[in-house]
Amino acid sequence: MSTLFVQGIGLCGPGLADWVQGAQALGGHAAYARTATAVPPPARLPAAERRRAGAAIKIALAVADEACRHGGIDPALAATVFASSSGDGANCHALCEALAGNDRLVSPTRFTNSVHNAAAGYWHIAVTGRAASTSLCGFDTSFAAGLIEAAGQLHGEPSQPVLLVASDTPYPEPLHATRPLPDSLGVALVLRPTGDGAVARLVIAAQAPQPPTPCRDAALEALRQQIPAARALPLLELIARGEAGRVVLDCQPGLSLRVDIHRS
Amino acid sequence: MKPVAITRMTVTSALGAGNETHLQALRDGRSGLAPCRFEDVALTCHVGEVAGVDAIALPAELEAYDCRNHRLAWLGLQQNGFRAAVRAARERHGAQRVAVLLGSSTSGILQTEHAYRRRGPDGALPDDFHYAETHNTGSLARFVALALQLEGPQWVVSTACSSSAKVFAAAARLMELGWIDAAVVGGVDSLCLTTLYGFNSLELLSPQICRPWDAGRNGLSLGEAAAFALLERKERGMAEPQAWLLGTGESSDGFHMSSPLPDGGGAVAAMQQALAGAGLQPGDIDYINLHGTATHNNDAAEDRAVQTVFGPAVPCSSTKGATGHTLGAAGGVEAVLGVLALQHGLIPGGLNRLHPDAELQSNYVDHSRAAPLRHVLSNSFGFGGSNASLVFGAAR
Repeated sequence: MSTLFVQGIGLCGPGLADWVQGAQALGGHAAYARTATAVPPPARLPAAERRRAGAAIKIALAVADEACRHGGIDPALAATVFASSSGDGANCHALCEALAGNDRLVSPTRFTNSVHNAAAGYWHIAVTGRAASTSLCGFDTSFAAGLIEAAGQLHGEPSQPVLLVASDTPYPEPLHATRPLPDSLGVALVLRPTGDGAVARLVIAAQAPQPPTPCRDAALEALRQQIPAARALPLLELIARGEAGRVVLDCQPGLSLRVDIHRS
Repeated sequence: MKPVAITRMTVTSALGAGNETHLQALRDGRSGLAPCRFEDVALTCHVGEVAGVDAIALPAELEAYDCRNHRLAWLGLQQNGFRAAVRAARERHGAQRVAVLLGSSTSGILQTEHAYRRRGPDGALPDDFHYAETHNTGSLARFVALALQLEGPQWVVSTACSSSAKVFAAAARLMELGWIDAAVVGGVDSLCLTTLYGFNSLELLSPQICRPWDAGRNGLSLGEAAAFALLERKERGMAEPQAWLLGTGESSDGFHMSSPLPDGGGAVAAMQQALAGAGLQPGDIDYINLHGTATHNNDAAEDRAVQTVFGPAVPCSSTKGATGHTLGAAGGVEAVLGVLALQHGLIPGGLNRLHPDAELQSNYVDHSRAAPLRHVLSNSFGFGGSNASLVFGAAR
């Protein structure tokens, strides 16, 4: 069992422009209308890196940036946990296609961007951040894995905020047919072990498997089931409503993650 | 941090399957690298290919996971009584209390590369392509958890070449937090076209055998490997472990995607953090297993970092001249080699160095020699400026 205080939130996804607008829909204050994800340009990146950044890097940086601003922290000082199921799908497709060709000429930038920690690398370059950073993948349960890892990071360095970023972008065909992610979605949380000015307090614990908590809104529930990073939405719904409650997240077969959300 | 017991470990690389063949190879100064004959790769380079991977058959119930990376993982799991040790740990602690945290850089991407060459007339991937079980970066942890019947937290850390060092740190934290009692950690990465042609595109692939710390070093040689360690919480009355994980350090460069900070600042932070976590002084470290990839900039930056933290005395070497750079598996491989060095009082020589580089100040060891070792530090640094250092202590 671990306690994490949410100090800042970032959000970007279909019909969810940012946390300010998204919280209206998630909180039931405005109707949710699904539209294609619009990712703001990565203003923080130096020009060279901005040219090289693909969609997966851009959405991760956008939500990371918003969460740090919302949480009022210096992003250079935060440790980071980047959780993604797919990494950069378009980049992966381009490499596989090049390698299936006769000359197998691959672009050095594409190869560099193919690492699962590309978004983390670009973020730390953008903010000149020297703190610890990890990038992980747990297929559909990457967000839950990231939350557990973030709890570990907070325990290791209690004075340091942890920025958790969960994001996914779709694959083009032919990979899309084998892993149909309909659109991009990113969620970021600035987490601390103590609670001054926190948005919410989370108590997380592993438990025997139980069905995951759905979103209250049917259209958001569809999103939750379609994009791994959207598994975080039921948690954000409670926070947006200013309510306390319990959310069960799929952790992996044989284990669920229980998240008790308290108003801070 | 509280010391964590390493109760079992195993490594399989181009040097062979299991710890004994690695220990003997380190003693003999044997390299597993050879001119590249992997598939139809037309690049002039050396690789560390594991023999017999193609012939490995997975159990029928894991058939959907079939790919080179999981065959290599399966081969690795059969060595040094690793499965039996995990079974005993599962019975002691319960399946949900044993985590599976593994590192991989490219997972089963070779399977996808093959599938792209077998696309149908409509461009679709063949029906026998299993995305979740082979392509997805997390599939390695799922495969190993199924093979070992473990149900604790499981994920793959994929931070390029520091991946399987960082999982040791993640497991130690979860143990301290009380989430788990034990963890299977380590890493598996296998040869694929993405990394061979990718490193070639960056001009980081040596046309010869890699020569860490050599004045004329001109790039890395790729290898593949599976390395696993069983970590368990220290308990009163437990059997003497193989060694202790004493400290971990992690940092970011925040500088460049594929080049290290020239002064090695990120590496310095990781090493200092690992020492502090272990409660040790630089003088307590008896051997450093370097990241030592044999690219010009990496070795130069790491040398500066080692000088900053340790000065010129501590014996150090890179074992990548023997195994090749096994990328996401390198941290795990070098953790096991570091512990073998501790257990057997051996400083492994770095291979293939012809001309020492006058610019590098570290006490680089060319020839393996016997020496009593108490503490070993292992470095792993990756693309994206991801740094990790681990400190291991002898069992007694």
